[in-house]
Amino acid sequence: MSAPGQAGRAGSLIVRNISKRFGGLVAVSDVSFTVAAGEIHALIGPNGAGKTTTFNMIAGAQPPDTGDVQLDGVSLAGLRPDQICRAGVGRTFQIVRPFNELTLVENVAVGALAWTDDLAEARDHARGVLELLGLGDKKEARPSSITLPDRKCLEVARALATKPKLLLLDEVMAGLRPTETDRMVAIFKKLNADTGLTILLIEHVMRAVMALSDRVLVLNYGRLIADGKPEEVTRDPEVLACYLGAEAFD
Amino acid sequence: MMSRIIESASPRALALLAIVTAVLIAAPSFVNNYVLSVLIIVLYFAYVGQAWNLMLGFAGQLSLGHALFVSLGAYTSAALFIKFGVSPVVGVFAAIAVAVVAGCLIGYLGFRFSIRGVYFALLTIAFAEFTGIIVDHISWLGASSGLFLPVKNLQSNDIVNLRGSPTMFYYVILTLTGLALALCSWLLNSKLGLYWQAIREDQEAAEASGVPLFRYKMIAVAISSGLTGVGGVWYAFYYNNLFPETMFKTSQSVEIILGSVVGGVGSLFGPVLGAFVLTPLGEALTAATEGMHVDGVKSFFWGLCVAAIVLFRPQGLWPWLYDLLGLGPKREGKKP
Repeated sequence: MSAPGQAGRAGSLIVRNISKRFGGLVAVSDVSFTVAAGEIHALIGPNGAGKTTTFNMIAGAQPPDTGDVQLDGVSLAGLRPDQICRAGVGRTFQIVRPFNELTLVENVAVGALAWTDDLAEARDHARGVLELLGLGDKKEARPSSITLPDRKCLEVARALATKPKLLLLDEVMAGLRPTETDRMVAIFKKLNADTGLTILLIEHVMRAVMALSDRVLVLNYGRLIADGKPEEVTRDPEVLACYLGAEAFD
Repeated sequence: MMSRIIESASPRALALLAIVTAVLIAAPSFVNNYVLSVLIIVLYFAYVGQAWNLMLGFAGQLSLGHALFVSLGAYTSAALFIKFGVSPVVGVFAAIAVAVVAGCLIGYLGFRFSIRGVYFALLTIAFAEFTGIIVDHISWLGASSGLFLPVKNLQSNDIVNLRGSPTMFYYVILTLTGLALALCSWLLNSKLGLYWQAIREDQEAAEASGVPLFRYKMIAVAISSGLTGVGGVWYAFYYNNLFPETMFKTSQSVEIILGSVVGGVGSLFGPVLGAFVLTPLGEALTAATEGMHVDGVKSFFWGLCVAAIVLFRPQGLWPWLYDLLGLGPKREGKKP
């Protein structure tokens, strides 16, 4: 199969002063960070810290009230989610959202149709991506007949099939067994190494965060409270106080 | 449940399709006039049901106002024929244009302003109802006293002007149904069809995967309304009279969709099967209740039958029949 990510180092993300307010609640407040092309960054923080809202603003599902998001120096402001997807941002959903009446191949082929009009080519590409994620023997199954970890993989496969430059992963390791987590980590490392795919992941599984990330961003109450190397961030007293605690490191 | 019959067609399914097609083509030579008239209605509902199914079954957009597109197609072609002598062969294009414009207007309002689900359905009802009221006041279109096509006793069928025997109308609607099925089957197995199904299954996930929602929903409503408008042309020339108080009514729209619901929404052959079940069922009940002399007894039993089918086969009759006859390929996890 051809590489799911696009060749060459692309997919740099600049997030500048984005905020999102829902009524009286400030979900994300003035958050800025950058992810260099080809790097893997993790976005961590307690529940309700604004991580998924940040993803939604990058992917266009919820346009930011203020600020700007740029992919490879081009602003994504005002673009719809499907346009942002075609611009090179693939995303997964925290609560999996498969197309239930479609087979796995068809689910993933929908993603591949973002760059081809040829359904046969899209299906071929989808089969390759499913193989890569270890779902090769379930290609003709439907999402309802596979396990939750497999459905998480399907979510990743559909996003990868769009040939993103930047992949947003929203808690794809949650609920996986450690061996499954390690397998997923290995897949992302390989994708990143082979294709230069830039990855931003929201994750609670610190095992995965530590194994994958070049940098770790920490959100708390909608504010970015830390941005640094994993070993620095995990020693940051403020981060420890609000989120990690000592027991996070097993 | 969702049928992709052509892609997964087994020899048995193709054989059945061939037999049914052959019987339908030969039918006028061995059935009596009454059975032919029933078959004509069956095929009409199979056709418009398929056109409606494209919107809800394929693309997930519920319309309860498809009577509007039938009526617009019917009135457009009938008026052109009566007032200007325009052949329905030409008038059908005007009918399609009018129906598509109406469909796109409703679609634009609904999809641009994110009116979804039942609210979108209400929008379709509203358009059908108020267009009916407008037509009711246009004397040029016969207003409430109706629009009538001239009926002549011809020696031979005039296909260009759609004047002729029931057998001619039978073959016209049979051809239309066949073409609609072929078109739907082709669409369903194209990029368009996969995008529609993705939208139907999960709109946000589809959008995040690169599906431009508005464009593909508009294409669905345009094709569906255009096809339905063609059905309206046939309707006008077959029945020869059009009344706004019946044409535009929600009851007409419901009649269009019931076949698909009973047969199986989203499947290719569901609307066809549904029409083949419901129309003869209605006829049989009419015959059976004729001697009872109780008002509404036929409708009562008819409703009971429909409720029973929907209750016991909520996915429709087609997926059940599909499994029963073993039409699908034997593949694990692959439902018809």
